[in-house]
Amino acid sequence: MSDTSAPGAPAARTDRRRREGSLFDLSHPGRTGVALPPLDVPAIDPPALFGSAHRSEVAGEVEASEVDVVRHFTRLSQLNFAIDTALYPLGSCTMKHNPRINEEVARLAGFSDVHPYTAEHLVQGALELLWLLEERLKTLTGFARVTLQPSAGANGELAGTLMIRAAHVARGNARRHILVPDSAHGTNPASAHFAGYSVIELASNARGTLDLAELEAKLTDEVAALMITVPNTLGVFEENILKITEMVHAKGALVYLDGANFNAFVGKVRPADMGVDVMHMNLHKTFSTPHGGGGPGAGPVGVGPALVPYLPTPTVERDGEVFRLSYDRPGSIGRMRTFHGNFGVLVRALTYIESYGNTIPEVAEAAVLNANYLRKRLEPFYHLKYDAPSYHEVVFSDRKQAAGGIHNIDIAKRLMDYGFHPPTMSFPLIVPGALMIEPTESEPKEELDAFADAMIAIAKECQETPELVHGAPHTTPVGRLDDASTAREASKPGSFAPVLRAPVR
Amino acid sequence: MGYIPHSPAERSALLREIGAASVDDLFSTVPRAVYRTEPPALPAPQSEIELRRGMAAMAGKNADGSRWASFLGAGLYAHHSPAFVSQLLLRGEFLTAYTPYQAEVSQGTLTAIYEFQTHVALLTGMDIANASMYEGASAFVEAVLMAERLSKKRSKVVVSKGVHPEYLTALGTYLANFPFQIVQVPLGPDGRTDAAALAAAVDETTFAVGLQSPNVVGVVEDWQAAADAAHAKGALAIGAVNEMFSLAVLKAPGHAGMDIACGEAASFGVPPSFGGPLVGFLACRDAFKRQIPGRLVGRAVDAQGHEGFCLTLSTREQHIRRERATSNICTNQGLMALAATMTLSALGKNGLRETAVQCLSKAEYFKALVKAKAGAGPCSLAFAGPTFNEFALRCAVPVDTVLSALEAKGILGGVPMARIAPREGAWKDLLLVAVTERNTREQIDRAAEVLRSIR
Repeated sequence: MSDTSAPGAPAARTDRRRREGSLFDLSHPGRTGVALPPLDVPAIDPPALFGSAHRSEVAGEVEASEVDVVRHFTRLSQLNFAIDTALYPLGSCTMKHNPRINEEVARLAGFSDVHPYTAEHLVQGALELLWLLEERLKTLTGFARVTLQPSAGANGELAGTLMIRAAHVARGNARRHILVPDSAHGTNPASAHFAGYSVIELASNARGTLDLAELEAKLTDEVAALMITVPNTLGVFEENILKITEMVHAKGALVYLDGANFNAFVGKVRPADMGVDVMHMNLHKTFSTPHGGGGPGAGPVGVGPALVPYLPTPTVERDGEVFRLSYDRPGSIGRMRTFHGNFGVLVRALTYIESYGNTIPEVAEAAVLNANYLRKRLEPFYHLKYDAPSYHEVVFSDRKQAAGGIHNIDIAKRLMDYGFHPPTMSFPLIVPGALMIEPTESEPKEELDAFADAMIAIAKECQETPELVHGAPHTTPVGRLDDASTAREASKPGSFAPVLRAPVR
Repeated sequence: MGYIPHSPAERSALLREIGAASVDDLFSTVPRAVYRTEPPALPAPQSEIELRRGMAAMAGKNADGSRWASFLGAGLYAHHSPAFVSQLLLRGEFLTAYTPYQAEVSQGTLTAIYEFQTHVALLTGMDIANASMYEGASAFVEAVLMAERLSKKRSKVVVSKGVHPEYLTALGTYLANFPFQIVQVPLGPDGRTDAAALAAAVDETTFAVGLQSPNVVGVVEDWQAAADAAHAKGALAIGAVNEMFSLAVLKAPGHAGMDIACGEAASFGVPPSFGGPLVGFLACRDAFKRQIPGRLVGRAVDAQGHEGFCLTLSTREQHIRRERATSNICTNQGLMALAATMTLSALGKNGLRETAVQCLSKAEYFKALVKAKAGAGPCSLAFAGPTFNEFALRCAVPVDTVLSALEAKGILGGVPMARIAPREGAWKDLLLVAVTERNTREQIDRAAEVLRSIR
């Protein structure tokens, strides 16, 4: 990155539009940013009460005024890329528009300033909302029940695999393995492991989908479940899904569907109809709740009748016009967390679902349409390892560019100079040098074209001016950060000491 | 229309460009037996006008803390959230960004997480903290799993019954399929964990001891005693905190021998929202950093020597290690961690202390009214141990009778222990009362007066 990005620009090091640093370096003794009312009861002297358990101060804490704090965080925000500014093609993450009505509704005092242990008769509206969201998700998935408790997708995966295990234990044998395709999200094998199962990987076929012979060979009596993603992480629909679920059930195993890609078929296919027994949904993907820089999410899990006895408690039940929490589920796996899940996220998701109502299939249609349009425009320039029909995303690779020494990471970083966020690169593992692109339904044609134009321009740069791509990004607040240290750490544990916090001054 | 920008003509144009005759063509590999051409059985779409009306009607049926005098706590405390926090959280650059994998265009989020890690480390007295966890219970579970990984093939975790019962239930859920034993140690008559029983429960097979302070009945525990009991047998000590303001006036777990600190940080500006989203935290000694779960942000430099921040030590995580990862979790609790960071920044060292002293003073004022000669009707203090901003009342009449009387005067009086620990018979007549800086003397006087009036 050059220090002077334009004539007349100050050196990057001193440019306040590009440098902010940590608030711990901007602290001034004696400042404070919050005023409380005068204490209206006798003041207690903490050391007198607590003796040796007393702590006199939190040494090193910030001292700043509201102005300092508001400016600091506003400047920080300006260093971020976000959906609000442009297409965010991060495959599998479904970076769609986050409607602001959802934010307004979630901030109503009757939702945001309500304590989870308020007596049930005083929170009938909150319980009604939970009940209604479960009804909506049941309608869209075809499942018997949906738990809203899991905090995020991975937490939902764990809840689902724990229920699978509980069901097998109740039948007399927990079984030992969970089958996971080699194209799966990394959370799948990790969740299976934490539910006490060993993972058996299934190799994909030449189309990038599940190989039925491979499934047949590995589907023993010790397999508890198959975890499958539809459409898979290549954006390809498992054409044989009905055959697959039939094969799995014939062995007494269950089918777990990773619902990360539900946005590709919401309203058009009910997962339960495909023979799926359990599926989590990422509300921050399909149902538009904000990703917030990495959370909060919410990962409701739908289950078929076989798993209903094992749902986490409490559930919300409706008796006539009254809603109540039920803890009466003797086979329950217990709790995934405190309280009733990420309620504020659930409020946003229901608001989104109600805004579409019975037109929600249009979401899947537009998402698939947009991905196919990008595929059409980019196919001449980037290698497509698997050419099966694409749904909500398309996975190219850097094979054409890698011949000239340029890799997916370089292309990704160069995209930043064109004003776009990079695609996903860390998976699917079966596509080396992956460029996983998911435009979502939010993008108009001109934005798709602008992105495609940028990708095509970069493909040309790879041939004509490869040094531009290698050294990218050139226009961001910082250049590529030295993550060689992370690699060093992987090869030689103990040799790398990352700085994970500000020093105490 | 929803939020899809295409006009019908544009949609047709896109279909033409890709050579599809209709949208159905794009779904041709979906088995026809399950492909639905009819719309789902949902109501018609709603405009913002209708959504506002319908959602406000549901919200209006809930007793919120702005209209009621609330003394509800039990692991989630309704503190003041500065007005700017909610407004800055709405900035699209924070709200609509994702996990900062791409550091060059995520310095805002990364810097804020680095600050969050620093705040948590300072408050807990630990060397390092991670980028946040879902919430308190999962943070506690992850702390236990982490301690197990750090141990050499040990199999037992000893936990105090003073740890929030929902944390313990979650621990049972997560550990159900591991060959680990969970031993619970009861509280003594003063409300503190029975120190002798704790020491007796720890042996050479124990990998961790888990304690919460203030504990579920509000009583301040002795970190050092628990840490000593753990260390005597080579186990690690885990300190859980879910009222983080207590750490402005009470010794930090990291300064009193504990090895891992975890819990809930929602006290810092995160609205209760009927229980979520909240923000968990996990902090530990530097030596344990390779076993800490979740995201970590570290300081780094670019090719020109400019300082920045990026995710680090990611080889612990599921997207790289898959089934051998330290945890299956993928995200942190970004936006809520940001809310906590902004709130802590504005409070600062002085605001933290002042808020904590107000909470403590108001709770002690309430306790003094209960202990005074005029008393609190059928209610008395259940435990003599020191408390911060929450205490348990023992009720000589059914707890519901007490709550109904308070409700009639616009007061959400507290959390019945029977609600959070229904199987603990000895706690069925206990009511937990929490006080924060949002409560006024008038509210406390009113509540005490109601208690006195109960026959």
